[in-house]
Amino acid sequence: MTRKPLRYVEDIPGGPFATVPTNEEGTAGWRTIRPVIHLEKCTRCNVCWKFCPDVAIDFDSEGFPVVLLDFCKGCGICANECVPKAITMEREE
Amino acid sequence: MGTKEIVTGNYAQSYAAKLARVDVISAYPITPQTTIVEKIAEFVAEGKLDADFIKVESEHSALQACLSASAVGARTYTATSSQGLLLMHELLFWAAGQRAPVVMGVVNRAVAPPWSIWTDHTDTMAQRDTGWIQVYCESNQEVLDTTLMAFRFAEREDVRLPAMVTEDAFYLSHTMESVDIPRQDEVDAWLPRRPRSHILEIGKIGRLGSFMGPDLYMEFRYTIAQAMEQARRAILETEAEFESRFKRSHGGFVEPYRCDGADAVLVTMGTATSTAREVVDSLREKGRKVGLAKLRVFRPFPAKEVRELAGLADRIGVLDRSYGFGYGGPAYLEVAGTLAGGPRKPLLRDFIGGLGGRDLTPPVIEGMFDALLAGNGDGDEVTWPDLHRAEEGV
Repeated sequence: MTRKPLRYVEDIPGGPFATVPTNEEGTAGWRTIRPVIHLEKCTRCNVCWKFCPDVAIDFDSEGFPVVLLDFCKGCGICANECVPKAITMEREE
Repeated sequence: MGTKEIVTGNYAQSYAAKLARVDVISAYPITPQTTIVEKIAEFVAEGKLDADFIKVESEHSALQACLSASAVGARTYTATSSQGLLLMHELLFWAAGQRAPVVMGVVNRAVAPPWSIWTDHTDTMAQRDTGWIQVYCESNQEVLDTTLMAFRFAEREDVRLPAMVTEDAFYLSHTMESVDIPRQDEVDAWLPRRPRSHILEIGKIGRLGSFMGPDLYMEFRYTIAQAMEQARRAILETEAEFESRFKRSHGGFVEPYRCDGADAVLVTMGTATSTAREVVDSLREKGRKVGLAKLRVFRPFPAKEVRELAGLADRIGVLDRSYGFGYGGPAYLEVAGTLAGGPRKPLLRDFIGGLGGRDLTPPVIEGMFDALLAGNGDGDEVTWPDLHRAEEGV
């Protein structure tokens, strides 16, 4: 989605409000490590989805977890909670 | 014309909210404010006011309820006092930042500790930098009229800022005075429904309280400052429009009284003004050249009008019904600050008095004029006359 960036006093829309939903604004800018899911170990138990504090885990058509990298901040909670240890945290390049 | 009723300052607030046909009221009881919202609750229960009265567990929630309702276009009203206003502090900033034209009645009451339910301006003065318009009233009629006006100037598209209408605890809140209450159809004609300037709308994606980085936060705050500047014109225009319809006005920002040829002028706020006016009359009868200036609007601060005062008298005193533990009372600091940047530099004195409901009697106010007229530039700039001390002159 393309939007006119706000730059000046005159661009401010009369209040601290936005007309796009939060899921159109990436919030992962400060991530330094990212979760990598090793599907061969994954049991599709959904624990990662349940614990993710940022709702940054989605599922593919077969029910395997997918990390939404626009929102994942790299906290590592999913990797910590994963029962079969199918998630590792790897440094961002 | 409407009817003449004998009502308290608090009921004047309640009648004004009813006449303004507020959509949503949310409030939490606190002495001496409680009877304002009690009366409004009665109006709603009896079907005399078609509004939602949202009961909440604290003042913080009360203001949040008003902010949410305001965001979708409701005309909202709340009222509080003292500790209740302090508990709202965080959300007062939200109200201004969200540009929610909430109107709030505040009964000025001292802040604890020690507990005191009597009048004092510390509660609202402590909120002076939150972005709310503040009007301090002297009579119950002024309370009713100002509350009606507040909806109109606060909701203007070029303002959209919240407004506090304050009244001194007990001197107004629980004292009955004769008040002209306009007819509903007169108010309807003068104060239409809130303009459609709200920020959230059903069916449109909207998100309140979004994030702003250092690249734009300052510009955002500047828009609030601009709105407060617009409020100057809006307040004066609204008062003129009110006067042409209802034949009453209350003096704009600063109302001078007998300042012609005055050697000294005392700046007062709220009910102390009425007593000071009597003192000025009696001193003028004795040939002493003193005048009075009622500081009615504190936000936006009337810098231009205060500078005009400096052209009327060479000695200006400020009576502060609160103290800021810095350098003088808040009203004094603003008056002095305004004059420091202006062309004329009168002798200035600050009088701290009337705290916690201490009566500001005519002799006490006369003493302030004496000190002002005797002042030669030496001596304390900030004094607490009428302080009970064991020895005189200690």
